[in-house]
Amino acid sequence: MNLETLIEALGLKCKCCWEKLKSTQVKGGYAGDLLSDVMANSSAGDIWVTRQVHQNIVAVASLKDLAGIVVVQGATPEKDTLERAGKEGIPILVTDMAKFEVVGRIYRLLSEG
Amino acid sequence: MSGDDLIESLEGIYHIQGRDFVDAGIVSSEVKKSLQGKGIPESIIRRIAVITFEAEINIISYAQQGTIQLFIEPDAVIIEANDMGPGIADIDLALQEGYSTADDSIRELGFGAGMGLCNIKKFSDIFELTSEVGQGTHLKSIVKLNG
Ligand SMILES: Nc1ncnc2c1ncn2[C@@H]1O[C@H](COP(=O)(O)OP(=O)(O)OP(=O)(O)O)[C@@H](O)[C@H]1O
Ligand SMILES: [Mg+2]
Repeated sequence: MNLETLIEALGLKCKCCWEKLKSTQVKGGYAGDLLSDVMANSSAGDIWVTRQVHQNIVAVASLKDLAGIVVVQGATPEKDTLERAGKEGIPILVTDMAKFEVVGRIYRLLSEG
Repeated sequence: MSGDDLIESLEGIYHIQGRDFVDAGIVSSEVKKSLQGKGIPESIIRRIAVITFEAEINIISYAQQGTIQLFIEPDAVIIEANDMGPGIADIDLALQEGYSTADDSIRELGFGAGMGLCNIKKFSDIFELTSEVGQGTHLKSIVKLNG
């Protein structure tokens, strides 16, 4: 499934890299706020669900070739984060939903295919 | 391999400033870019990216400054991280998953899980960590390119 389909299904807001939504395939997902955990255990093509907003999240997503980042619980990504995400081509999506709900809904979508 | 061979395979030396969390990850991105387009499989590049990132973040978190060197050999990629910092008194302890001395300012950024060194070890084929208290820390990681 591509990112655009996922965003529409969950009602996420896109904060940067709109141009990449159609062409980015989501292959799986990972959730976590500890960067070393995500570094070690996420897979390429995963959508990453987190509460972190600092620009280091962009480095992690870019180094691991993640599909994009969903920032949950209404947290606002820092300005530097969005700038760096734009430069590195990492879509940042936001939602007011809590992590549990976002993860559950993405999991269901992905397993339904 | 001799010293001359190593110098020949040196692809880049990157300087890292301690406590500079704004630029964190820049060196790892540079390293990743240097590895692309050379016929190295993406999965191996991602392993090296994890190793470099964890080494870079540790220098930023704990040392005054340091360097990361990237060597590309025909059959392996070598990452060396050297820093001037407090050093590690008990290396076995530091390598235990969950052990961390990260302070709150580091934890707020999502670091300090005590997983970084374990990750480096896990993603390396050969891993060496040596340190002298009050002097600094030296880390060498080798990732083989064929199997
Ligand atoms: N370059 C270094 N200089 C001095 N101490 C270090 C260095 N690297 C690691 N350490 C020490 O080893 C501990 C464990 O490091 P490790 O990278 O495994 O975890 P962490 O940095 O605490 O957390 P994480 O990497 O999961 O964000 C650190 O908390 C620190 O005390
Ligand atoms: Mg660390």
